[in-house]
Formats: sequence, C-alpha cells, structure tokens
Amino acid sequence: MFRKKHYVALGSVILAAVLVLNLPAHDALRFKNALGVLFLPLFGLTGSLHQLPGKVIDALTPRSELLREIDSLRRQNQELIVRQEQGNAVLEQNNQLRAQLGWQRQQPWRLKLANVVLRDPANWWHTVQIDLGTRDGIHENCPVLTSDGLVGRVSVAGLVRSQVVLLGDPDCRVSALVEDSARDVGILSASGPLDNSLAELTYLSGGANLKAGEQVVSSGLGGVFPEGIPIGQVVDSQQEDFGLYTSARVKLSANLGALDHVWVLLP
Amino acid sequence: MNFFSPILILVAAFLAVFGEAAFSLPHCLFGAQIDLLPALMIYAALKADIITVSLLAVLGGLWFDSLSANPLGISILPLYAVGFPIWWKRDLLLRELSFAQTILGAAASAAVPAITLLLLLSGGYEPLIGWGSLWQWLVMAAGGALATPVLFSLFDWCNHALGYQPMMETSFRPDREILRDKKLK
Repeated sequence: MFRKKHYVALGSVILAAVLVLNLPAHDALRFKNALGVLFLPLFGLTGSLHQLPGKVIDALTPRSELLREIDSLRRQNQELIVRQEQGNAVLEQNNQLRAQLGWQRQQPWRLKLANVVLRDPANWWHTVQIDLGTRDGIHENCPVLTSDGLVGRVSVAGLVRSQVVLLGDPDCRVSALVEDSARDVGILSASGPLDNSLAELTYLSGGANLKAGEQVVSSGLGGVFPEGIPIGQVVDSQQEDFGLYTSARVKLSANLGALDHVWVLLP
Repeated sequence: MNFFSPILILVAAFLAVFGEAAFSLPHCLFGAQIDLLPALMIYAALKADIITVSLLAVLGGLWFDSLSANPLGISILPLYAVGFPIWWKRDLLLRELSFAQTILGAAASAAVPAITLLLLLSGGYEPLIGWGSLWQWLVMAAGGALATPVLFSLFDWCNHALGYQPMMETSFRPDREILRDKKLK
C-alpha cells in the first residue's frame, strides 16, 4: 500500500494545506496564536541580545557623562511636570465647558508601554508583534503610537502578544486631516513596499491646495483613532482622475523602521 | 533509521523563521528580508527523504505564517511546490556542486515568494506590492543563492560531527590472522 510513499506524502501535504487554509477564521486565529506561543522562549533571548550593545555602552560611558545626563533629565522632567499641570488645567476647563454645552466629557488617554519583539518576516506586510496581549487589556483596533506620532493599530490580540499593523500597510487605513486653512480630510492608505517612511493620503477634495510641510493628524472619523494624533507632514500633492480628487505623499512622523517601544492607547 | 538529520533540518527551520522575524538587519540594509526556508528546502530535497521534505513544508510554512500577517497555511504549498519536484528528480541534479546548489537556491528563493503572492492575490488578499517588490524579489533570490551552499556546508559538517555514522566493515578477520612467533617454529 505504501510502496508509492511519495504520492502519499504529496496527498497528505496538499490535504493539510487545504484543511488549514479552510479553517474558520476564529479557529485559524487560535491555531496561529498557539503556534506563535512556541516562539515565546526565544523572545527573552532576543531581548537580551538587543540589550547587549546598550549594556556595553553603559559600561563604557564615564560617570561624569551619566551624571550630566541625569541632571538634564531631571530638568526636563520638572519642565514636563509644569506643562502637565497647565494641560490638566486646560483639560478641566475644557470639561467644564463641555458640561455647560451638554457634550460628552473628554476622557484622558490611557497608555500602556509595549516592546516590539518581532517584525513580519514576509516582505509584503508591514506588521510587528508586541509583548502585550489580552491579559494586559489589549484588544483589536487599539491605536498604537510613539512620542513622534501614530504607528498603527492592533490587528490581532493574542493572550501574551499582539500583532500591530503599521501605517502604510493596505490593512491600516486612517482618516487623516491636513491642518491647513481648509482642514481637508482624506484617507491615509498604502505606501510603497520599500520605503515605509512615506504613505499616500488620498481622496482629499479636488480643490485642496496643500503645501509641503503642512501637518497631518488623525481626524477622529471612523471611531478607531482619536482625533489629533500627529501622523506626518505633507511632502507633495497632485490632482487625480482629472481633478476629481487630490492625493498627497505624507512623510510619517514615527520612524516605523526602528521601532523598539510603542504606546498602546487603551479606551 | 537516522533521525538526526531530519531533526536538525526542522530545528534549523524553526530558528530561521524566528531569526527572520527577530533580526531585521537585511531589511534595513537592502530593503527586504531574506527567507531561508527555500534554501533549507533545497537541502532537504537533495539530501533527506520525502517525509522530511513534507514535514519541512508543513511545519516551516505554519511557523512562518504564525509570525506573519499571512493567512495560516498559505506558505505550505509554495515550499512544497519547490521541494517535491527537486526531490523527485534529485538523481539528475549535481547536488554536490556548489554552483548547482547556488542556482537551485536562487530559483527556489525566487519561486517561493512569487507563488505565495500569487496565492494571496488569488485569495482576494491585498499584499503590499509595487515596483519596489521587484528589488525585494531580487534581494531574496540573491540571498537564497548565497545561503544555500553555506547551509549545505554547515549541515554536512553538523551531520559529520554530531550525527550517527554507519560503521565501515573492514577486511580484517581474526580467524585468518597469520601469527608470527618464534615459539611456533
């Protein structure tokens, strides 16, 4: 029966592939997460390897340099505390005005720091894996950002790690607003496969007059990304489809090629 | 049966997939990540049995997809589509020659992403492709071409150093030993 072993092997592999590809979405996701758990022991190893150069540099840095840096950080920290107090006062004033107008009270953002542990091995997706999951309160569509600007959103949330789809991936479209006088709104869509620092802002109004350097922020439309998160700056723009709409190239604020730590925005 | 070689190949596939996801140096330098699974598949197809080739396609594909945004299982068939025909016709290939290994590595590393993209597009997915993808494709093919002979040397060394070697029979027979002693004279 098993004389033609290679035919049995060929049939088995094709059957396995067809079965896995046709799993219901929920089961496929669970299976994918279960397979991903196999790599967990290696995450620590990668973290240690990534920290090694930093530790070596720390060991070689002179004490005077470290003390100077601590002093500078202390001053920066005090400055930020003063600014936060100012911000709190403005937020309180904003909430009072909202209450007078009968608007919903604005909730402050809850941020959670995550480490980027893996990058998508396939060249045709822009995703990364972070070391936070559902047990940390992460769920699908949570916005992800750095101090520079928006990074993307959580696309798959596992128990201990999550997949973040980055700006420029076809699966991460953001409603964005150009901070010009007309406040034009468009959709930030896919970038090129090579340069992940640029993304395309499309479906701006046909008469939009954009200038290079204008700031692009999230518009808050769509319900996934809150309003006002910096996205990038306009590089250039052009009319599309005989002036039906305008599209622009946007230089992203966050450096998506060198993400180590990101903030996940929790509702 | 010697289980060392199949286990070594599968462990290498597991580590290769993790390495591709954890270390993005090739991506930073060349704009594309180099996939080592096709090169491993060439080694398995030329040196191992069909079970190892099949296991590498299934497990390697599943591990790769579990760390990627690919739909689970999409990488199995491209890997097997490369591995099975090479395993089938391996007696006709000059498998010990580095040049042949390089050419096979380049062809496999070019074919696997092309078939995967074809399957993704057929399935209605929207992968990120453009003119830059041609450059990435060339980088992947060149990376696979360079990696394949290196992997062959590495695995051959590992098999020789750590694997079970069948004992060679000698022509020596104790019952036919000629004894030369003064006492026997």
